[in-house]
Amino acid sequence: MMPAPLVEATNLSRVFDVSKPWLNRVIEREGKAYLKAVAGVSFAIGRRETLALVGESGSGKSTVARMVVGLLRPTAGAVTIDGIDMWAAARTAERQKLRRRLQMIFQDPYASLNPRWRVDHIIADPIRAFGLARDNAEIEHRVGELLKVVGLDPADGAKYPHEFSGGQRQRICIARALSSNPEFIVCDEPTSALDVSVQAQILNLMRDLQERLGLSYLFISHNLAVVRHMATRIGVMYLGRIVELATSAELFSGPRHPYTRLLMDALPDLAMSGRPRRPIEGEIPNPIRPPPGCAFHPRCPWAFEPCHVDMPQLAGPGTRQAACHAVAAGRI
Amino acid sequence: MSEPVLSVRDLEVAFATRRGSLKAVDRVSFDIGAGEVLGVVGESGAGKSLTGAAIIGLLEAPGRIVGGEVRLKGQRIDNLGPEEMRKVRGRRIGMVFQDPLTSLNPLYRIGNQIVETIRTHSPVTEAQARERAIALLQEAGIQGARARIDSYPHEFSGGMRQRVVLALALCAEPDLLIADEPTTALDVSIQAQIIQLLKRLCRERGTAVMLITHDMGVIAETADRVAVMYAGRIAEIGPVRDVVKAARHPYTKGLMGAIPTVEAHASRLVQIPGSMPRLTAIPRGCAFHPRCAHAFARCRAERPEGMAAGSSTVACWLVAENVAGVSA
Repeated sequence: MMPAPLVEATNLSRVFDVSKPWLNRVIEREGKAYLKAVAGVSFAIGRRETLALVGESGSGKSTVARMVVGLLRPTAGAVTIDGIDMWAAARTAERQKLRRRLQMIFQDPYASLNPRWRVDHIIADPIRAFGLARDNAEIEHRVGELLKVVGLDPADGAKYPHEFSGGQRQRICIARALSSNPEFIVCDEPTSALDVSVQAQILNLMRDLQERLGLSYLFISHNLAVVRHMATRIGVMYLGRIVELATSAELFSGPRHPYTRLLMDALPDLAMSGRPRRPIEGEIPNPIRPPPGCAFHPRCPWAFEPCHVDMPQLAGPGTRQAACHAVAAGRI
Repeated sequence: MSEPVLSVRDLEVAFATRRGSLKAVDRVSFDIGAGEVLGVVGESGAGKSLTGAAIIGLLEAPGRIVGGEVRLKGQRIDNLGPEEMRKVRGRRIGMVFQDPLTSLNPLYRIGNQIVETIRTHSPVTEAQARERAIALLQEAGIQGARARIDSYPHEFSGGMRQRVVLALALCAEPDLLIADEPTTALDVSIQAQIIQLLKRLCRERGTAVMLITHDMGVIAETADRVAVMYAGRIAEIGPVRDVVKAARHPYTKGLMGAIPTVEAHASRLVQIPGSMPRLTAIPRGCAFHPRCAHAFARCRAERPEGMAAGSSTVACWLVAENVAGVSA
């Protein structure tokens, strides 16, 4: 039997109201406008596993991350962590307990650290908030330990964020995330603001920590190569839906969904293998008025009749799932 | 060999501060031939954008050129006055920046902006310029250019705006195009389209391109030759295939190993210890030596100049000592 997953998202959806103000709507005779940022996204993340969501801007990957971590209430669907429903757990005590077990690392290490707080204060904040230490001496000891874990010096705790480089700041963010002993960390583009050599340091650190502390990650990124390096399983998102979900090895040895195939073709060929490539035509459509049927069909070279009318569902043999009519019909 | 379109010799850019002059670009030399794409790659603070800004005379005070020379088709342009330089810019050197909105005026229709640029640089009528603008936009991959020429920049998506900017940069048929991170703000699928377009347009016109980017992938796709910059200096310059596949400078090697790739699945990425030095504390000798695993006494004492190694030029004492083959 499969062990129960740590995190489970079922049919997660989020709609944003992007209507113009009331007066404009009346004068311009327009109705309300809604943006479906995420629609019917389901996945499970096991212990010590990294699930990556990859997609271009506007694909809804960050919205998923924010719903999973509890920063944004889903319009429909549920997130359960170790069997406890995050949004149904209304009583604050229960939710507080749940919150301790998950943390988040954000993209911009310049915006996610309070510039007026000393680093030791920043890292100690979750420890104080969750009451994880008996006294200040214990907090101080724990903060020093955390700084060492992420490769900084315990003495760095007395400095302020502006005294650190981008990579060092991201280490501070990681230390803060680790301070409540979480089991699950949501990472939203943790290295896209960093230079490649610094990115390598942070990615290596995150993998080491996963091994040492038995962490699970939900890893959000637009970079397929980074995702390949980090993830055990990968979900490819397009316009708010997961179009392909497979293990990392499966996805890279044989992508099934046309969008995934084209995305891989679009990757710069760093090995200079001269592999044949097919560029993706067109751009991501307006998510307020997505195309009918499969949202990818206007850009898809394999599109046929059903794609124009019917929204394909994720299906496939075993762990290799793709939402595509052409794949289901055996045309690709 | 024919004369290069752009020739940069020992270029130095410095910032005067209260604590003395800080050298941000330090004796940088390179050539770009007609129709050639030179990639300039490096991490933040390597001085790649400053080099570009120095060439087109857009350095912001207190930064200024303090040494070396820049020649465009043999003519020195680093000592021109602001008015003369303004004529060179646009007419003979085109520019593309990371954010297309910095190059487009949001209050003018894109057609007017292109027509104005064409008419500033060549004696044609309004109608002729407009026809040329439409043809150019079409060539830049804007479908229905005739209908869209009177749109405002905000009516275009990011990728489309970058196409407009590319058309704008090339409308005066410049000899040289300087593209500073032209695809960094774009999604991968759009990025691939823009790279293809840039390559095609410049090859057809024989325009020399200086492509500044932090993304080695873009370089591998686009450039003929590549210059790797570190701490304001060129660490290695050579044919793109040699630099990407068989880097000789330890920094380039580390950089290449640090990039996760889809093809080779490594369990760990190569880590270069430490980070790029600040301008106030550039080490003596080779700027990379404190982070270099192969550094020896000479690296700490003396700055290496570019040395020929195969078809590349590498600023590393290992090459001179000829131990590169052993450590590689």
